Amino acid sequence: MSHDIADATATATDARSDARAHTLQATPTMIAVQGLTKRYASGFEALKRIDLDIQRGEIFALLGPNGAGKTTLISIICGLVNASDGQVRVNGHDIVDDYRAAREQIGLVPQELTSDAFATVWNTVSFSRGLFGKRADDAHIERVLRSLSLWDKRRNKMITLSGGMKRRVLIAKALAHEPQILFLDEPTAGVDVELRRDMWNVVRQLRDQGVTVILTTHYIEEAEEMADRIGVINDGEIVLVEEKTALMHQLGRKRLRLDLQTPLATIPEALAHYPLSLADDGHVLVYTYAASSDEHSQPASISALLNDIEAAGVRFKDLHTEQSSLEEIFVNLVRKDA
Amino acid sequence: MNFRAVGTIYHFELARAWRTLLQSLVSPVISTSLYFVVFGAAIGSRIQEVEGVSYGAFIVPGLIMLMLLTQSVSNASFGIFFPKFTGTIYEVLSAPVSYVEIVLGYVGAAATKSLILGLIILVTASFFVPLRIDHPLWMLLFLILTALTFSLLGFIIGIWAEGFEKLQLVPLLIITPLTFLGGSFYSIDMLPPVWQTVTLFNPVVYLVSGFRWSFYGISDVSVGASLLMILVFLSLCLALVGWIFKTGYNIKP
Repeated sequence: MSHDIADATATATDARSDARAHTLQATPTMIAVQGLTKRYASGFEALKRIDLDIQRGEIFALLGPNGAGKTTLISIICGLVNASDGQVRVNGHDIVDDYRAAREQIGLVPQELTSDAFATVWNTVSFSRGLFGKRADDAHIERVLRSLSLWDKRRNKMITLSGGMKRRVLIAKALAHEPQILFLDEPTAGVDVELRRDMWNVVRQLRDQGVTVILTTHYIEEAEEMADRIGVINDGEIVLVEEKTALMHQLGRKRLRLDLQTPLATIPEALAHYPLSLADDGHVLVYTYAASSDEHSQPASISALLNDIEAAGVRFKDLHTEQSSLEEIFVNLVRKDA
Repeated sequence: MNFRAVGTIYHFELARAWRTLLQSLVSPVISTSLYFVVFGAAIGSRIQEVEGVSYGAFIVPGLIMLMLLTQSVSNASFGIFFPKFTGTIYEVLSAPVSYVEIVLGYVGAAATKSLILGLIILVTASFFVPLRIDHPLWMLLFLILTALTFSLLGFIIGIWAEGFEKLQLVPLLIITPLTFLGGSFYSIDMLPPVWQTVTLFNPVVYLVSGFRWSFYGISDVSVGASLLMILVFLSLCLALVGWIFKTGYNIKP
């Protein structure tokens, strides 16, 4: 991410997010999925009468285990797979009867790192723009490439790029025709921290411009950082659609793990009132607590716990916290559902 | 009509040919020159004229057809197979383009490449043998129709093929034998009577015959039959491509 764009975005974000909050309330549905079913010739039902509304300008995270139907759902909306039944409207346009108008608004970043190995970055991104019928616009392509730190690589052939760089190019290709909707299918699977941060920045900028973003992810930071709403899909069915904050509040769990200097056989009496457990043959003391957004109460309770541990004469050499991932959350959901 | 998309695919595909200039253009020219050396000079010197045309000149239309057919099929099949194989086809399928536009872009580019190639071979041939073109417009028409038809066939093969073996199978087992047995190097009058009849079931005979007629005014079958045959074949390919896109066969589950 070039810093100028990032900074400019940061300063403008507050004002925009107010405006966005206002528009979000009033705006119509951007993608309306009704009774969508996908049955393969083998009889396998990948999607079972899915109903889902995605609002204009929101960031929607779609979660689900492998084979749940996430990619099938995205593929049908984008025109890669035929639906067996049901209807999808993109900004009011039916994806079959009015496919041109529907697809013009969509940019897709696929999960697989596909690329035309011998084309240059510039050519492959320009190709995408032309394919969507847009007039050549070098200034726009330059903006997109710069925002993804690809400008210096524009003359490089795709085959010479690292996996992370290829991922950036796929995003640039999806943005080349200035879409109103962006699909990111597992965008940060296997990419480094820097790229993930860059990508989040790009997604934020897009959201500020009013672009609707739908992403599938396994990373809690990503959904937590980015999403406005979260949908969980399992076994071809939408299990739940919820505002992210509400979902995290209800279901998120955090764990504080203390690596002890000397293993404990049992939890000392003085600490019995804390929800503590022992792990790794008594080498690790685990404290589980709700990862609610009530940020002020948690540190207090943790520092009280640490004081009491100290007072109880338990010595630890290291500590760290972990948060249950959204994946765990939906696995729990899915289990409950079953 | 999304003309910009058609143009984009067309130019991107031609750019691919430009990048692979050596195998796209140079190698067919070299192999054609070898044919001239072997058939034209070595064998041709022992064969009399065929219907008033020197053997070296007689085989030129057949050779161009041979190259046109194989190159059209391989260009077009590879052109669509490659994005299918690498996965980049997702972009074309998710773009606001109709099937007709996709075919126009890919097949148009493949046909253009083989047309250019055919003309280059024609020029190359003129260095080896004295050439004469009696009906240049008909020659161009046959050239364009054949390039188009066999590029469509290549497109179909590229969609049908799931691996590189299948991609090679049809050109290797069907196109090349049919072309070699299609009168590229001989007039069917030279065959025993039984084979003269059998060979009439080979569609390439009609292409070579019609094409040769546009050069020297001599043909094995009537020009009308040649034209009809290629139009029938073109319609068949168009119908198949239509079916492919209607059903999403092998590209859109």
